[in-house]
Amino acid sequence: MSRTSDKTQRKGAPTHFRTLEFTLGLLFVGVMGLAVLFSGIVFPDGGEKIDLTARLLPPFTHGTHSLGTDPLGRDVLARIVTGGKISLEVGLLSVAGAVTVGVVVGMMSGYYRGLCDMIVMRLVDIQLALPFILLAITVIAIFGGSLSHTIILLIVSQWVQYARLVRGLVIALRERDFIQQAQAIGVGDVKLLFSHLLPNLIGPVIVLMTLNIANNILLESSLTFLGLGIDPTIPSWGGMLAQGRTYLQNAWWIAVFPGLAIMVTVLGFNLLGDWLRDRLDPTGTTLR
Amino acid sequence: MAGFLLKRLLQALFVMVAVTLIVAFAIRLTGDPALMLTQGSAAVTEADLERIREALGLNQPFFVQYLSFLRGLVSLDFGRSFIGGTPVSQLIAKALPATLSLALSSMLIAIALSVPLGIKAAVARGKWADQLIRICSLAGLSFPNFWLATMMVLVFSITLGWLPPSGMSGFSSLIMPAVTMGVILTATNVRLVRTAMLETLQAQYIMVARAKGLGERAVLYKHGLRNCAIPLITWFGLQFGALIGGIVVVERVFNWPGLGTLAFDAVAARDYPVLQAVITVLSLLIIAVNLVVDIAYGLIDPRVRVR
Repeated sequence: MSRTSDKTQRKGAPTHFRTLEFTLGLLFVGVMGLAVLFSGIVFPDGGEKIDLTARLLPPFTHGTHSLGTDPLGRDVLARIVTGGKISLEVGLLSVAGAVTVGVVVGMMSGYYRGLCDMIVMRLVDIQLALPFILLAITVIAIFGGSLSHTIILLIVSQWVQYARLVRGLVIALRERDFIQQAQAIGVGDVKLLFSHLLPNLIGPVIVLMTLNIANNILLESSLTFLGLGIDPTIPSWGGMLAQGRTYLQNAWWIAVFPGLAIMVTVLGFNLLGDWLRDRLDPTGTTLR
Repeated sequence: MAGFLLKRLLQALFVMVAVTLIVAFAIRLTGDPALMLTQGSAAVTEADLERIREALGLNQPFFVQYLSFLRGLVSLDFGRSFIGGTPVSQLIAKALPATLSLALSSMLIAIALSVPLGIKAAVARGKWADQLIRICSLAGLSFPNFWLATMMVLVFSITLGWLPPSGMSGFSSLIMPAVTMGVILTATNVRLVRTAMLETLQAQYIMVARAKGLGERAVLYKHGLRNCAIPLITWFGLQFGALIGGIVVVERVFNWPGLGTLAFDAVAARDYPVLQAVITVLSLLIIAVNLVVDIAYGLIDPRVRVR
């Protein structure tokens, strides 16, 4: 690709659209984050209070249950806000774990090449052939589903994405003058990796992290929906959707609102990721 | 070329061995199948258990069992299901066409939607149409496939009563599962088409095509699309793994009798021979598709071979 095409492509979206994208992303993530943060104060019972006199109330009809109630008379809004905790926890913790492992391994593999590099590339191949859901079905069939198992599984299956991204970036950076000069004046390997290479590859890594938070929230909700993730008695978005599916005939709201909550949260992270990609990764190394 | 082929084949072989090993090892961790088989039946003696273990070859070391699984794989003999004793290969032969037809139709839907939309976005780069397509694609990446599936059931089965909510009974039951996966795939593909098309539209031959007065349609679809078709087919092919992962979930929602449903039933019933076979077959399918796509790309574009 020539330099001019590079420039025109980057110019892609006008700034006012970018501002809108950023504002919406921040708004969605912020609203969800705050709702989850203060859920304990607004809904002290955590959506667990059973009220059999108020079963399956439709939304927008009762002052105290604005989004209706489920078959046990539990408030849907309270359960959504409480359930968001699980989603955000899984999203943030799994990405934090995967990025730590992936960046370190990726830097080693790109910097030293050789055997380490070969192993990483083959692990990437294996990961591509074993989609997360298949791996999860196998592992959870054995160890059972839980919050920590879900997070560990996500880390195990995703760290290679960061390793592959960072490896590519390091291979390109290694040939650059400032790295060669640092080597020439005798900067040690550890210092070179962490204070010269790391700051130069943090942009694309942050973009991938943001997009993966979004993706992992989706994956966790899928697992829980299928009955392989979080304990169904704990309020979570995937669990509520599974329950909602059985009551679809006469209580559509139980399946609709948790899905909207997932969508708003995930869209928020995706918008932020897209905006960040434009700023931090203009050549689009994280696009594919 | 021979070197590239050999290297690629060896890589694929390595991944196949690794994946089958991982799955076989994981399944072995589940505990003693003899105990699971006899669960619920009274008066099982240790001698009975020993006989079952002997019959299933469970007394042999892990690697002997793994090798016999591989031998079975080659001759398409995966043993028998714990439940009912049906040969696993029969169960798979019945479910595989259902999964493949769903995969194929969702891919067709995704291509039919994402190619025109992606081209439109590339041509209108920066204008409102491009932004709209971009936002829609981001939104499409932001909801779970099983939720879209549930919402379609709510609208088209429960409210309107147009389509069957689940099962496999003719063409009408294929529509909702295929559209669900097709829409989700479109969300990713649109951006790939847009990127590829933007690159192609910079080329001189596009300028020439325009200069000699060709209609916009001919320029875009004949000269533009054809030239970026190769990378696009590769990217679409590499998504096959993600497609299978999604289909497994969607099958569950619609009770579509494919490999995904088979796998979930096997998990629920602790029917490990079936689970192991399904996961293995799906992974091998993904490896095979990736291999074919890679080799085809290497054949067409020599630059790929040196990497």
